[in-house]
Amino acid sequence: MVRISRAIEFSSSLRYRHPDLSEEENRRRFGARASRHGHNYRLEVTLSGEPDPETGMVLDLKDLIVVLEREIMARFDHRDLNDDTAFFEKVPPTPENVARVIFRLLHRALPKGLLERIRLQPELDLWVEVVGSEEAE
Amino acid sequence: MIELTRRYWFAAAHVLRNPAFDDARNESVYGKCANPNGHGHNYGLEVTVTGEPDRITGRVVEPETLDALVREHVLAHLENRMLNEQPAFQVRVPTAENIACFAQAALEEPVAERTSARLLRVRLEETRRNHFECGEPR
Repeated sequence: MVRISRAIEFSSSLRYRHPDLSEEENRRRFGARASRHGHNYRLEVTLSGEPDPETGMVLDLKDLIVVLEREIMARFDHRDLNDDTAFFEKVPPTPENVARVIFRLLHRALPKGLLERIRLQPELDLWVEVVGSEEAE
Repeated sequence: MIELTRRYWFAAAHVLRNPAFDDARNESVYGKCANPNGHGHNYGLEVTVTGEPDRITGRVVEPETLDALVREHVLAHLENRMLNEQPAFQVRVPTAENIACFAQAALEEPVAERTSARLLRVRLEETRRNHFECGEPR
């Protein structure tokens, strides 16, 4: 088995809010993160599988780049996670929740069984990893 | 499974010498690190926890809560210290392995008691060219 990883970087704005909470309660729970702010996110995507005997590749990187461009960059780069996507109407765009959304999008878009883990790094000293196929449900 | 990692930086001094060894053996085992006057590093300490994100807050752990636990139970004993003078390193030599495992042991209970997450592993970067992990394998 071989693992391959590819990284991309995207920049987004966001604010933490839960729709069941009042403005005041959102502010109390989420503090400064309830205000609109932004990050340069670094995303590392790791696939694992057997290299194809003919091409010697687990997946052609060109194909992975196309998927990352379409599924992630087009949706999130230079966008507002709350207002320009439908993923964070019911949950706040914490690193944990953004990483889960990304894992599911990629799991659906990539050939079956290849996605092993993703690592989403919104800050230099904080990152979240999503591992395992049960996260795709 | 969701894993959240937070990285902390601290500067500390240490000497690698085992009091049970004679000078010649200490110098042969620990080399430059056995200099009796000490040396220091900027350590990077990565603390990884796992858990189910809270349904409302969307967090495995509040970063501020984890920061406070790491400050109290780990950094307070290491940051800007001579590690050999610390109680944790009276018996054990303050190698990076032992520092990583000290942090893992010091955090396991507070993380379990004060958060709904579980400590998975600690990774200590001693220099940019070497790092050490303690806890569950990846």
